[in-house]
Formats: sequence, C-alpha cells, structure tokens
Amino acid sequence: MSPAFEPIVGRYLHLDLLGQPHRLYVEEAGRGIPLVCLHTAGSDARQYRGVLNDKRVTADYRVIAFDMPWHGKSSPPAGWQEAEYRLTSRDYVRMIVEIADALALDKPVVMGCSIGGRIVLHLAHEHPDRFRALIGLESAAHVAPYYDVTWLHRPDVHGGEVCAGVVSGLIAPTAPATERWETLWHYMQGGPGVFKGDLYFYKVDGDIRDRVDAIDTRRCPLFLLTGEYDYSCTTEGTLDVARRTGAEAIIMKGLGHFPMSEDPELFISYLLPVLARIRATQHRFDRHDPG
Amino acid sequence: MIERIAELVNADEKLVRRGRFVHTTFLLEVGGTGYLIRIVDGRIVAVMAGPFITPNYSFALRAPREAWEMFWQELPPPGFNDLFALFKRGLLRIEGDLHPFMANLLYFKDVLAALRKERAR
Repeated sequence: MSPAFEPIVGRYLHLDLLGQPHRLYVEEAGRGIPLVCLHTAGSDARQYRGVLNDKRVTADYRVIAFDMPWHGKSSPPAGWQEAEYRLTSRDYVRMIVEIADALALDKPVVMGCSIGGRIVLHLAHEHPDRFRALIGLESAAHVAPYYDVTWLHRPDVHGGEVCAGVVSGLIAPTAPATERWETLWHYMQGGPGVFKGDLYFYKVDGDIRDRVDAIDTRRCPLFLLTGEYDYSCTTEGTLDVARRTGAEAIIMKGLGHFPMSEDPELFISYLLPVLARIRATQHRFDRHDPG
Repeated sequence: MIERIAELVNADEKLVRRGRFVHTTFLLEVGGTGYLIRIVDGRIVAVMAGPFITPNYSFALRAPREAWEMFWQELPPPGFNDLFALFKRGLLRIEGDLHPFMANLLYFKDVLAALRKERAR
C-alpha cells in the first residue's frame, strides 16, 4: 500500500464551553452545507471516519466531527479530577449551540447517533430555527436502564474491556470484522467513567417522551435512521418518534447501533439520499429567498 | 449438543487467550435443563448436566430453550444476536455473582456463541 493522507483535517479548538475554557479536538473535510456529526456515548469522532472520507458527501457538505469534552483527544475541563462526569440535556444542547456559534456555522445540519440521536430531538424541540435539518441515528425518546451501569466504572473491572463488552452485541452480526473491532477499540479507549457519565443523559436526564409531540418538523426537517439490529434504541422506539413528529424514519437493514462506524459503506448508501433531499431544500431557499 | 461447547471453545486459541484469567463455574440453563460449566484459565474443563442437588456456581444464565435456539442460529435475527439482546427482551436472566461475567464479558459472550459453529457444520 502506498502512503497517503486522508482529506480529513484535525485541529484543536480553544473556546469557552458551558462557562469554562476547553481544548476541543475537531476534524473536518469538504465544503458546502455544514454537517455537524455527534458521536455515541463513550466513543469519539473517529466513528465518522467513513463519512468524512466519502467524496460523495464532502462534495456538497462541510463535515465537522468533534470529540466531546472528556472524549477522544478533547480534554476534560480543568479540575475534572474533583467531580464525577455526568452529561445532562442542558449542557449537551448548550455545547452544540456554542460550538456551532464558535465556528460561525450558518444554519448547520446536525447528525447525531445514540446520545447524539437523542439530543437532536432536544434540538428540534428547543432550537428548530437554528438548524437547516436534523438527522437522528439510532434515535428514540427514551431508553430504560436494562443493566447495572455501575459495572462500567469500578476498579476491579477493566473499564475499556467492559464498555466494549456491553456494546459489542449492538453491532450487526454482518458488519465487516475490521470496522466492528475498530468501533470496539474506540470504546476500549474511553476514559474511566465517561461512558457511564454519558449514559446518565441517555437513560435518565435525556428522557424527552413528554415533549416529543411538541416537535414541529415543518420548522426543521427531521430524519431518523435506525439499524435493525439495534436493541438499545429499537426500531419501535424510532418509529414511535416518527409517528408523533412527522419525521421520516428509515430502518436500515444489516446495521446496528453504530451504523457510520460498524459498516460505513452500507450506512452511507442510506445517508446519501437524505443529504440529497436536504440539499434540494437548500436550492429551493436559494431560488425563492434572495435575502 | 451443549456438551460440544467444551470442544468448540478449547479449539479456539484466541478465545482461550481472551479468557486466560477466567477461573469459575457457571450455570447455563436451557429451558428445564441445567449445565454446570467449569472453566480454568479460559478452557472449559467440565460440562455437567443436571439435575443437581446443591449446585455450586458463581453466576447463572437462564433462558427458555426456544430463545437459545434463536441465539444459536448461524445468523441470528435482530433481538437474538447477543446475550444482552436476549436480556433486554426479558428472555435471559443473569443472576448470582456477576463479577467474573462482567469482568470477562467479551469472553463469555463468545463462549456462549461458540455453539453457533456447531449449527454451521
């Protein structure tokens, strides 16, 4: 194999988030409509390597994927050692809005998976006019706890091994082995207690069942894509949100809870028509709205 | 068929290495039939079928036979492809001292899935 750089550019962004200075790792590729990608709980933006590297996507979209604070190559804020990390809906929404502002993004599309798929429902509810469209991957209004998450962070169990063990079955059995184990590797590299802290949002604080009916998809188009093998955010959970909001739901065959990472090629075949439709809406704006 | 699990696991060197620190006996319940499976250094050294009078084990995995049959298909359908999938559907009960199970979760998931190879033959 001859050496070759990918077209992805990764840089560290210094900014204030939630009132504290942060050093955030941000990757991007392409030009056009900003497409901000949100990774799953306990992982990082490497999950979007396939999307960032796909010319069919980056020809029309500026794809931006950041590691959330505490994740990947982004640092936790100063003083992290004094507190238990717990992600809340309020902080997660603020973080996305503040990052979009810091990068001066004009009505970006936001695509998030799992916790990211949940937070786009919060964005649709609270900030429908700030986004061009929202894409929820593995998105449901709520996921009830079904195992004891204290196993994810205790000194007598290896955190990386158990986090990967917990999520391994969420990958479709047909996923290519290389992409499956790459996806699990990201989980094995998470900091102690970070996956557990994200699940506080996923299973407790981020429950949006009581507000789903108030989401107005005419103000901001919402697309929901869920893999058939996802037993965390189930296809039933996604279809319920679609029914209650008018969002378009697509059930993806042969994919699980990490579609963009476990089988990027198959996932992108589902994503491209959605991106084309969002782009078509943009063209309509351009024709009819000279302002 | 269940007894074949020892041969299938022990023939898989990579799986044995993954479980090299596992030293325990667990109970596998397939419908009404129990099996005590004894593991030393990642190798299955004994599979004992019930009934038992005073079974001694660290943790138990209990599911109806039909659920295991779905799980052991060569390509299981959604909802049956993983121990946690069965668990979340309420088909699998996981009980007892979970420490050896959770500390070696990738290993135990593949130990139970090893019987898919029996089906594939």
